[in-house]
Order: sequence, then structure tokens, then C-alpha cells
Amino acid sequence: MRFMILVKATEDSEAGVLPNEQLFTEMGKFNEELVKAGVLLAAEGLQASSKGARVKFSGAKRTVIDGPFAETKELIAGFWLWQVKSKEEAIEWVKRIPNPTGDEGEVEIRQVFEADDFGDEFTPQLREQEERLRAQSMTK
Amino acid sequence: MTSEIDRAIDAVWRIESARLIAGLARIVRDVGLAEELAQDALVAALEQWPDSGIPEKPGAWLMGTAKHRAIDLLRRRKRLELKYEEMGHELLGAQHEIDERQFDAAIDDEPGDDLLRLIFTACHPVLSTEARVALTLRLLGGLTTDEIARAFLVSEPAVAQRIVRAKRALAEAHVPFEVPGGAELAARLSSVLDVIYLVFNEGYAATAGDDWLRPALCEDALRLGRILAELTPREPEVHGLVALMELQASRSRARVDRSGDPILLLDQDRGRWDQLLIRRGLAALGRAEQLGGTLGPFALQAAIAACHARAHTAAETDWARIAALYHALAQLTPSPVVELNRAVALSMAVGPAVGLELVDSLTSEPSLENYQYLPSVRGDLLAKLDRFDEARLEFERAATLTRNARQRKLLLDRAAACAREAAPARSS
Repeated sequence: MRFMILVKATEDSEAGVLPNEQLFTEMGKFNEELVKAGVLLAAEGLQASSKGARVKFSGAKRTVIDGPFAETKELIAGFWLWQVKSKEEAIEWVKRIPNPTGDEGEVEIRQVFEADDFGDEFTPQLREQEERLRAQSMTK
Repeated sequence: MTSEIDRAIDAVWRIESARLIAGLARIVRDVGLAEELAQDALVAALEQWPDSGIPEKPGAWLMGTAKHRAIDLLRRRKRLELKYEEMGHELLGAQHEIDERQFDAAIDDEPGDDLLRLIFTACHPVLSTEARVALTLRLLGGLTTDEIARAFLVSEPAVAQRIVRAKRALAEAHVPFEVPGGAELAARLSSVLDVIYLVFNEGYAATAGDDWLRPALCEDALRLGRILAELTPREPEVHGLVALMELQASRSRARVDRSGDPILLLDQDRGRWDQLLIRRGLAALGRAEQLGGTLGPFALQAAIAACHARAHTAAETDWARIAALYHALAQLTPSPVVELNRAVALSMAVGPAVGLELVDSLTSEPSLENYQYLPSVRGDLLAKLDRFDEARLEFERAATLTRNARQRKLLLDRAAACAREAAPARSS
């Protein structure tokens, strides 16, 4: 099963402060460990929300709001995609994420839906449509 | 009911067990004993952690605990041996000179080499294929005997027995705990790859109704393959196998319909292919190709799978390249099934007449006598050449060979269509 590991933003990450060398090194070692354990599928760090935007939906209306966004702790600064055997295994790995500065932070663990999780509610037609949309978004 | 802490310990075990067993095996030089020591440490954890909480470095804790047991055990053995000596007996077995520093080194050292030794030992040729599979999943995949039994649809005592016998066989054959060198390496590595691919296929063959542990075997095999690829980054075939598994797994959502019947590759909805796994598969194939040399059988099959993965629609498939890759594969591992696949690729690339010529050369192959794809491919090519009477007979024959009801119906439908096409030709 797959889990997405969401690293929440901090004041530093929102200010565009890059991690110091120690954190870079330790994070590099941690990622290497994940690769060696066959766990890591994908990982990315996200730039500050000041470089992003939001699109609000209301009926047919679309409103674009440029970043930055205020509620720092709700924002996401990066993610991993892991393949593990259980939620508990994901938790064990998350506990090993290095935090050399000792700063406060939060990491959220969310399980990825697999096609089978939708059961019969998700008709083949819907499924097909959804997957097709997903594939299109990937190739665009 | 397993409690939260038990599940957390399970998770730690899954992460740490292979390294733990591998580190212990290097010191005690006996995989069976190493596994028992590791299991003892796990039992200790199950007893103590619910009260004490999970230690900050659980791997080091388990190794430390196993170390104490090992030292006790080996000291006892040594005392026994000394007694025998005093009584004038010859020393039995090898001397176990142990040094506590070795254990500390086993915790701190780069565990890669030990893990690799453990993989090669678990897949050693003195063991039967079944034993290799069970031991690999147990020692490297961190699966319990019960999980292995459920995944392979056998009883738990049977798996336990298999593992006990395997460990005994390794001890009796004095299989050294090492990575084979020189000329032996290629053959031994191919045994390892075969075991991993067998696990993958077992999972791939599972259907939706099966115990979830069966399809999970695909993930177990992928994980083992990815681990191995990091341990042996210079081996192109390892990357080839990983690429093949990633690419095949990328299609798993699209390859069966709702009733669990298979959907042929060209009929699959490519929108359901997993783009992340495709990217990973193509990257692994790239690593295999970059290492140079001729591609091995796994890398070639991965390259074929990659041709399909790269094509956005079935019509965009590079059939000429697929035919060439099947040709290369047939040189390495000659097989009529590979030839039949090459014939299909050739017919798509060049035309049905060329494909048919090759298929016709296979009709006398005894191994294909009851292989439904031979008549169904032949029927398809004949129909494309407007030879409907012959095509109908082939489809009817293929229908008698398949066990799948839906496929039988499809084949009989095609036979009926051929009969309709043939009728006007006869009447004119």
C-alpha cells in the first residue's frame, strides 16, 4: 500500500529559507535509506506559497488568488510517496525523519486510494473516466 | 486482536529484521542460528516494549539483545567443547571465537554487504525453488510463516517445515555466508532474480477475490528487487528485472475487467496504467542500458514492455522494435512461445503474411500442441489475409483449448464472423 507523507510548512519554509547544510546532509542520508529499503517511490520539496496560487470554485465562477497564504501550519512544504506494508510501518519511517535543528514541525501520513478501495460504488465507467483524466493530466 | 503496540513492533520488525539477521549471520556464520537469535530478540521486544515503549533506536536495541543471547549461547557451546576436549574428545565443529566488538560493528557498519550475502544464501542452489522462495520472503521480506502460507495457498505447518528443512540443508551443505565471486556470480545472481520474479508472478496471477496477501506479493517482490538494485548497482540484469516488474505492475489496474477476466494488453484502457510506475520502470531500464553490454533476458522483456508503455495508443506501438527485441530474446532463451510473440510483432510491423510464415513454422512444435494462443494467433493472421475458412477452423480449435469461458465466447464469436465472411465468397 502507498502512503503520502506530507511535510507541513514552517515560517522558514514560507520565507524561502533553504534548509542548512546539516539538514540537507541528514535528509539525503534518510532518503538514501528509504531507497535502500525499497520504500521510496517519489519525493519533492515545494517552494514557498508566495510562488503559488489558489483557484476558488463557486458555482461556475473561478477566482484566482495569488500566494502567499497566511495559515502557515496548514500549508504543505514537501511530500514523499512511500510503498510500505502498513500504516504502522509508515509511522515508523516518519519517526526516523531527521530533525537536526530540533524545530517544531508536523508531518501528516495519508493513505493513497487504490482502485479497489472504491468498491462497487465506483462503476467501471466512472473509474475509466477518472483514470483517463489522471493520465491526461500526467502527459500534459 | 493485535494491539497498537504489537502492530508497531511488527512494523519495526519489517524494517529491521533483514539487516538484523544479516548482521548476526556474519558473526555466527549460520543463517538458521542468526534467524533464531533475531526471533528471540523480537520475542524480548514483544515482552518489554509494551511497558517501556519503543526505543529510540529499535534496530540497535534488537541487535544488542540478540548479541547477548548469541554470546551466552556461544560461550555455552565453547564450555561444552572444552569439556569434550578435557575428556579427550576432538573439538566438535568449528571454533566460535567471538568478539563483542563484532556485534557493535554489525550495528554500525554499512549493512549492504551482509544483506547481499543473506540474499545469495537464501537463494542458494542446494535449496529447492520452493525453499528459496520461502526463505527469501521470511529472511529478507520480513514475512511471517503464516503470511507466506496464505500468499502461496499452502498450510502454515508446510511452510514452517519448508523453512526448517531449508535452514538445515544450508547448514549440512556448509554453505558459506558470502557473495559468490568470479564465474559463479552470474549463475547465482540469476537464481536470485528468478526467485524474485517468481514471487512477483505469483502475486500477479492472483485475482481480486484472493486473500489480499497474494496480490501483495507483487509489492514484496518489487521491494526486494529495488533493494537488490541498490546493493548491486553495476548489474544490468537486476535493473532489468526491476524495470520489468515496475512496468508490469503499472498495468495491474487495467488488465482485468470487473468480473476478474483478463483484458489483453492491446485492449487495455491505457488511461488506467500507473504513470508513476511506468516512469520508474523506464528509469530502471535506462540504468540497465547505460551499464552497457548486451541486455539479458529480463532487460529485454522490460524493453518490450517499455515499447508498450511508451505508446499512448495501441496503434502507436513500435512493433518493428518489439520484433527485434523478441529476436534478441530468442537468441538468449530460445522458445517457441517467444517465437510466437515475435510472429505477432512481425505481423503488426510488416504484415500478416510475414507473421503467418513464422507461425506456420511453429505448428509442429510439440510444446505448443495445446497452446491456445497458437491457433488464435494463426486464426487472426488468416482472417487478415481473407482466408476465412481456415481462420474459422483455427478459432474453433483455440476455443476448445481455453479454460476461460469469456475467452471461449470471444473466440467462437470470431469463428462465427469468419463463417459469415466466407459464405458470400463461396456463393459468388
